[in-house]
Amino acid sequence: MIWSDAVRLALRAITAHRLRSFLTLLGIAVGIAAVILLTSIGEGIHQFVLAEFTQFGTNVIGIAPGKTKTGGAPPSGIPTSVRPLTLDDARALERVANATAVTPVIWGNSEVEANGRLRRTTIYGVNAAMVKVFTLRVRSGQFLPPGEDESARGFVVLGAKLKNELFGAENPLGARLRIGSLQFRVVGVLEAKGQFLGIDLDDTAYIPAARALELYNREGLAEIHVSYEEGVPASRVAEAVKAVLKARHGREDFTVTTQEDMLRTLSKILGILTAAVGALGGISLLVGGVGIVTIMTIAVAERTNEIGLLKALGAPSRTILGIFLGEAVVLAAVGGLAGLTLGVGIAQLASFLVPALPVHTPWSFVVLAELVAIVIGLAAGVLPARRAALLDAVEALRAE
Amino acid sequence: MPQIELRSIERVFTLGDSEVHALRTLDLAVEAGEYIAIMGPSGSGKSTLLNLLGLLDRPNSGTYLLEGRDVTTLTAEEQARVRRERIGFVFQSFHLVPRLTAAENIALPMMLAGIPHGERSRRVAQALKDYGLASRADHRPDQLSGGQRQRVAIARATIMHPAMILADEPTGNLDRATGEDVMGLLEGLNASGVTLIVVTHDAVLGNRARRRVAMEDGRKVEDR
Ligand SMILES: Nc1ncnc2c1ncn2[C@@H]1O[C@H](COP(=O)(O)OP(=O)(O)OP(=O)(O)O)[C@@H](O)[C@H]1O
Ligand SMILES: [Mg+2]
Repeated sequence: MIWSDAVRLALRAITAHRLRSFLTLLGIAVGIAAVILLTSIGEGIHQFVLAEFTQFGTNVIGIAPGKTKTGGAPPSGIPTSVRPLTLDDARALERVANATAVTPVIWGNSEVEANGRLRRTTIYGVNAAMVKVFTLRVRSGQFLPPGEDESARGFVVLGAKLKNELFGAENPLGARLRIGSLQFRVVGVLEAKGQFLGIDLDDTAYIPAARALELYNREGLAEIHVSYEEGVPASRVAEAVKAVLKARHGREDFTVTTQEDMLRTLSKILGILTAAVGALGGISLLVGGVGIVTIMTIAVAERTNEIGLLKALGAPSRTILGIFLGEAVVLAAVGGLAGLTLGVGIAQLASFLVPALPVHTPWSFVVLAELVAIVIGLAAGVLPARRAALLDAVEALRAE
Repeated sequence: MPQIELRSIERVFTLGDSEVHALRTLDLAVEAGEYIAIMGPSGSGKSTLLNLLGLLDRPNSGTYLLEGRDVTTLTAEEQARVRRERIGFVFQSFHLVPRLTAAENIALPMMLAGIPHGERSRRVAQALKDYGLASRADHRPDQLSGGQRQRVAIARATIMHPAMILADEPTGNLDRATGEDVMGLLEGLNASGVTLIVVTHDAVLGNRARRRVAMEDGRKVEDR
């Protein structure tokens, strides 16, 4: 039998029972719509989160003190046998091949007083290379001056929001500012950077790392960040970083995390999340599949005579199997297309009505969903179609 | 060589622990182009015989040579091919596909055989004309009279130019005049060389055949 004839026969059989075919197809359509809607939202969130993380550039390696297998540095303040990361360590890393910038990082939360106002805010102890590592932009004044590690002067650079809160529209450059018990002088203000996963990146003050160590009475750095040239494999730079620090510490008492590793892990987790919500929608798809099994079983029973006739006319079992499988697949495929339209439509509507909701429907999902629908049609059709193909011709012809 | 040769065919149906001998040691030889009426009381095995001849059923024992070839040992697939190419069926209850038009019903065997669309419509148009159905091409079976339905069925049975036509009570659901019409069509086909084997209850119609086989309790009791 010619392929297109089989499809035409299937369509004739399906349109002969409009309402019942429509209801069967609706089951699949709702399932596919649910899958595509949920995965669209999942994928939207996936991409949104990744974009949040990559806004600082992806070619950054983080080094934290302590070697941990389970992840996460030991809470600071608790004495450990681990040698702290020092400013010297950070300086040593500047010589690593392909490294473009190295900044130490210490952070804390402190009260800041200036211009007669008081505000609790996040303080970062860093160095001049911070702007380069995390692609910060200075709006006015300058960032912390380079080459002043231990002896760094008490300069401070303000995030856009902190500047507004403390100084309003006034020019803060040169103003005096107190953080905890230390005095600083404002040398620059940064461009607004926006939010990162709900954290305001502009409500911050950047001071030299040595001053932050003093402020928080710490021995070592919280982290060191190394940025490297684009296109260089992260692993190579990570190895070089490890080699330098191992030589200095005598053992590997630190943890190196590449942004690449982190993003890959994050992406994997978010991917699994998307797949999980997709599977959740898949349950309704299963129900749709059962609907097809039911309707095809009824069709085979109703058309027993016709099956006998087809056999008498010389249709081999294979052809009869194909005819009924074809019907199930056409039902599922049409239902799938309807579901895709419905799902993508609702997803678009949702992102239009709730712009904050990230929605993204990749083409691969659309194609995959339609393939899933077809596979469900095949699976649902197999049993009834097999029954049809195996019917005895004489008995089928004699059936009422 | 006869076109059809049955040698001591047995067909036994088992129902629970009782056995029904639908056919007992049946021998039959049919030359190409013959016109045979199979007659006999209800339950005598006429339909069973016709189903065997049409390769819809297999005997429990005995051999069936069709055009010199033992067809009882063929695979299901090969038997389907023989049915497609050599045998045309006409049934008492027409067995038209209700959702297809007259033209599509006639085209069905060609569709199953994979004959391309153009060739198909040419042959269907010719058949519709030959059987006086030209104005009914796009009607569905429920829009046709009994006689018209059986004409569609006969057109369908002949569209693949089979070597034989097997008709099980083709006039059973028709009034006498229409029935004679339909028999006339079948006899016309026979006149053009197609072997015609008709099962009938009707002695008048049966007597029109050149050869009559009478069955009783699964046996051939008369053949002349
Ligand atoms: N599938 C079956 N299972 C059991 N017994 C059967 C089956 N088919 C036919 N028979 C039996 O075989 C015998 C012959 O049946 P068959 O249908 O050939 O009779 P028939 O001569 O065509 O009768 P009718 O004139 O009523 O159509 C009957 O006794 C019938 O009950
Ligand atoms: Mg009968």
